[in-house]
Amino acid sequence: MGSNSLHVLKGINFSVEEGELVAIMGSSGSGKSTLLNILGMLDELDEGSYDLDGVPIKNLNETKAANYRNKFLGFVFQSFNLINYKSAMENVALPLYYQRVGRKERQEKALKYLDQVGLKEWAEHLPSELSGGQKQRVAIARAMAAEPKVLLADEPTGALDSTTSYEVMDLIQKINDQGNTILIVTHEPDIADMCKRIVHLKDGIILEDKKIKQVRASEYV
Amino acid sequence: MFSKDRWKEILEVLSSNVMRTVATAFGVGWGIFILIILLAAGKGLENGIRQDFNGVATNTMFMWTETTSMAHEGLPEGRNFNFKLEDVELLRQNVPELRIISPRNGIRMGPEDNVIRGTETGRYRVFGDYPEIIEQNPMYVAHGRFFNYNDINEKRKVVVIGDGIRNDLYEEGEEVLGTYLKISGVNFMVVGTYKEKTSNGGGENSERQIFMPFTAFSQAYNRADNVGWMAITAKDGSSISELSEAVISTVKQSRKVHPDDERAIGFFDLYEQFNRVESLFGALRFVAYFVGILVLISGIIGVSNIMLIVIKERTKEIGIRRALGENPWSIRLQILMESIFLTIISGMVGIIFGALSIYGINTLLESIGPVDMFLNPSVSIGVVVSALLILIVSGLLAGFIPANSAIRVRPIEALRTE
Repeated sequence: MGSNSLHVLKGINFSVEEGELVAIMGSSGSGKSTLLNILGMLDELDEGSYDLDGVPIKNLNETKAANYRNKFLGFVFQSFNLINYKSAMENVALPLYYQRVGRKERQEKALKYLDQVGLKEWAEHLPSELSGGQKQRVAIARAMAAEPKVLLADEPTGALDSTTSYEVMDLIQKINDQGNTILIVTHEPDIADMCKRIVHLKDGIILEDKKIKQVRASEYV
Repeated sequence: MFSKDRWKEILEVLSSNVMRTVATAFGVGWGIFILIILLAAGKGLENGIRQDFNGVATNTMFMWTETTSMAHEGLPEGRNFNFKLEDVELLRQNVPELRIISPRNGIRMGPEDNVIRGTETGRYRVFGDYPEIIEQNPMYVAHGRFFNYNDINEKRKVVVIGDGIRNDLYEEGEEVLGTYLKISGVNFMVVGTYKEKTSNGGGENSERQIFMPFTAFSQAYNRADNVGWMAITAKDGSSISELSEAVISTVKQSRKVHPDDERAIGFFDLYEQFNRVESLFGALRFVAYFVGILVLISGIIGVSNIMLIVIKERTKEIGIRRALGENPWSIRLQILMESIFLTIISGMVGIIFGALSIYGINTLLESIGPVDMFLNPSVSIGVVVSALLILIVSGLLAGFIPANSAIRVRPIEALRTE
């Protein structure tokens, strides 16, 4: 927005295989959120290229970007970002609504995903009636509902206490176990350790990119 | 577009802050209400005034003689003169655009009763006329017949009397036709009664006039071929206002009046008066629309404002929706529909209240009897339809700016706001 331009990312080169669980780490200002926003088509890149599932993502108009986001990407945010006047089920069903899935099928699918995150009996509740962990699980269910290629999570545990964080990570690991590709932005080392690969960013460049042995969150729960 | 979910969402959004929605809706409803009431009031005035013209051939002028103010062809100024029957023929030849030329004579009403029937007497205006007068006056034959050219040619002493006179001089249910009235000393047989087309209660003079054949009048009251005044109606498509000059100069010439003598002949142009009133109606309608639409605009600005506030409040929600992949057009449509829905619903309420008020005013008018120059205030279905169109357009306008600002919000910015 401002007239001052700032180079946030200065040469990032990495690719993610299908089924990976990647943690993007870095201190604040390292460019990790910008990277995620570009990956999520929420922000545009000025230079370079970004291919998603073999499709080059560039020069998208908003309609097309919305379409791609809907088909390819699921988002999980730190602040959950549920729509507060819609019930848990309606929130989960939203991406399906944008895909013009019929009302009945939408509800069935939404219930299925709520069941997966263990919140089937909370389907009719409004977000304000749910705890933080529950909200994040609803958000994960919503991200999964459209069956995206990639799940992007921006500090998914940032607003949760550690016990709840591990529950959420447990859920994310399970989703990953089913073969889903997941990218997590975090600054908490214990969360990063629960992924399969850690990319360290600092001042807009990749400091370190290593595969690690995953710590199962279920050990802590 | 008309899916259940969309409507559900619109209702959810609008009912999430009921007080604010109602207050906003009030602005638009009030605007439409004022528009409807103003138009109805204008229409009521129009109806009331039009009623006075009802049945009158409006493309008509009246012309009478006064005193000359200039000497001409050896005749002195200050001369009194009369139109003659030959002037009527002359006018027909010289001004072919005239449809009806009715030469008329009348008895000036004195202080005493001039009509006697047995023991009943009355004081009425009496006219000598040609049969065409019935086309120029707002009256119709209620009973019997009007006089015709046979009566004219044979100078029959027959009269057509107003229904009011029948009430004055006859018993209830008594046969009127064939009876005789002594009018200023001469006996005439009644062949018909007339009623006025615009009877609104019956004033002092209404339906209390007597019409008789021009020739019979002239003979009975020694008017020779004098004509008291003329009622002249132009053909459809010509305006009497444009012909009046030709008419007056024709009679000036035949009556040996100086062409520049403005005072010798008096005339009254009904058409000009009528047009003046017509343009007044036009002005009234304009004022009604002008004021109504201005009030409406302030309501629309209110709606637009509220929609902007709603968008601001929902910035984050819109960001989420777009992150989840909602099409920007879908968001724009949603905002526009909310705005149009709000405008139309509130406008409908305004229209309904306006209609109820008009109904109330009409009921009141009926119960207190006719009011001068005000009758049956109403709005036509066309006005209601155009009000609805105005509402839809204004809803679109009110929603347009907010809808655009809604999709200008980039999802990332929307999500950043905490």
